[in-house]
Amino acid sequence: VSVADATAGADAPLYIEAINRALGDRLAADDRVMLMGVDIGKGGGVYGATRGLYDRFGPERVIDTPIAEAGVLGAGVGAAMAGLRPVAEIMYMDFLTVCLDPIVNQAAKLRYMTGGGLRVPIVFRTQTGGGRSAGAQHSQSLEGILAHIPGLHVYCPSDARDAYDLLAAAIDADHPVCYVENRRLYGKRHEGWDRDPLPPGRARVVRSGDDVSVITWGRMVHEVIRAADELASELSVEVLDARTLVPLDEAAIVASVARTGRCLIVHEAVERFGPGAEIATRVLAGALFDLDGPVRVHGAKPAPVPYSPSLERAHLPDAESIALALRAVATE
Amino acid sequence: VSAIDTARLLERFRTMTRIRAFEERVAKHFREGDIHGFVHTSIGQEAAAAGACAPLRRTDYLTTTHRGHGHCLAKGADPGAMMAELFGRATGICGGKGGSMHIAATELGILGANGIVGAGIPIATGAGLAARAAGDGTVVLAFFGEGAVHSGAFHEGVGLAVALQVPVLFICENNHYAEFTSSESAWGAPPLLERAGAYGLPASSVDGNDVIAVEDAVRAAADAARTGGGPSFIEARTYRMSGHYEGDAEPYRDPAELAAWRERDPIERVRALLEDGGSGADAGEVERAAAEEMDRAVEHAHAAPYPDESTLLEGVGG
Repeated sequence: VSVADATAGADAPLYIEAINRALGDRLAADDRVMLMGVDIGKGGGVYGATRGLYDRFGPERVIDTPIAEAGVLGAGVGAAMAGLRPVAEIMYMDFLTVCLDPIVNQAAKLRYMTGGGLRVPIVFRTQTGGGRSAGAQHSQSLEGILAHIPGLHVYCPSDARDAYDLLAAAIDADHPVCYVENRRLYGKRHEGWDRDPLPPGRARVVRSGDDVSVITWGRMVHEVIRAADELASELSVEVLDARTLVPLDEAAIVASVARTGRCLIVHEAVERFGPGAEIATRVLAGALFDLDGPVRVHGAKPAPVPYSPSLERAHLPDAESIALALRAVATE
Repeated sequence: VSAIDTARLLERFRTMTRIRAFEERVAKHFREGDIHGFVHTSIGQEAAAAGACAPLRRTDYLTTTHRGHGHCLAKGADPGAMMAELFGRATGICGGKGGSMHIAATELGILGANGIVGAGIPIATGAGLAARAAGDGTVVLAFFGEGAVHSGAFHEGVGLAVALQVPVLFICENNHYAEFTSSESAWGAPPLLERAGAYGLPASSVDGNDVIAVEDAVRAAADAARTGGGPSFIEARTYRMSGHYEGDAEPYRDPAELAAWRERDPIERVRALLEDGGSGADAGEVERAAAEEMDRAVEHAHAAPYPDESTLLEGVGG
């Protein structure tokens, strides 16, 4: 899955182009699909993910909204309940905190609270990605908060194939989905565009190995692969891309750990009370007597994401720190 | 009172007495322990519900609040299924999973009562997008209280509705109390209408205890919205004759103020018109029928089973 233009295939899109293509394909196929968000229409999105869609589908289906995230997401919930399939964009994942009510109290709960009477087929599209000195309010990975809420699905694609397949699946789903992109992957062209699509809820073995299982998702998949490549002569690392946190492919994770006997979970989100702890709990419950050592989580250190490049490097996991963690897990 | 007026008055009287009879039974059965948690009744506000919902079609959308029983009944929801929901029973309108604050009925366009103050406002704006896309004259009516006008959801939801020119009627029931707090004391300037109008939509105010005045104002706004006229805001000035919730000791309210508003009871005003106008209409018969209907709703709720524990995880969706 390393960046490999030569082998990716002639028509293989960049990660961001796969997102754009999924949006365009679903808009073309289903009149109920509409996009709404800040700067997504005429402007094409702050990173260009929606470029060209306003011209193709018009201002009533690709809606530029005021900077009013709670209003926009609330309106998305209402539009979904009334028969549309909105894809509502939250420009930076950090901005989730100004519009949590429509996500947590409305979209996630309405179907259950109404005994199935109401359906909220909405996609909350957002992106994160530390490591570019964007500062603490434009860099944080918050997928753990979302995965904690019953009623929300959480998808975190790591390459163009999954970016396309998971977004198309999210738009077609009858339940709310939080779709989390990583902006540091936007300009990447990955191998594997021609592989068969996998549905949400299925992890993917990105690399097979016998000594340690690593569970990861999003951009960290690529950092883990780099670390595994560096250690290839001394350690055989199996890498599982979870792809979706909800639903989580617990069976595949447990089966891999049961076979290797060792487990490291890597994520860009802060380690403390993070999604890795939840996965570790499930690994312990499912594979305790197959373990040869402690299950470890390697995530961001517990600080707001710092601005200075030197501090941000120290904050986030990268191939070097992952290699250290892998060595430790393999020998404990 | 003309024959046509009599027929209309009698219909609104029927809706209002049905709401009152439902709410009185809710209060009673809350005291008796049949209804759990907390519950908010709308006694005194029946004219706003009956008047505002009268111009609505079955396919029009509605969002409402924690005090939404009356709105749902006026939009056509089944009182037996609603009462069973309040009793926490399997035959409840939400299968016992929602309770008083989450009554919804898709087939009637009821997109849910809501436990979060103001949350229904942007939801209504979004339903307005769907109504606009349908292109069949569908409108959305959002009920909320004057307390919600202070919330960010009001600012964003109304602002967005104006920007997108969606067919949404924002109906603010000014019942003079935001929970325990007198709205005047929390208000400051500018006054409600001035504030609403500043968003750039037609804003008007009606006597919310005059069911016909409410109906006429909402009908005019709905007719405009159905033909591309965009959103509008209507304040219905009314009064919450019940506490914020059942069991509220109401230390914040002057009994003399309540007594003065009881003199303006919206149901008694219509009864007087019907009885004193020589219409020959039998208001008492309508009231008896409403009482019997709501007694049956209570009987249904009492007899219904509690949901089976096996349904706990059904419908979570993720």
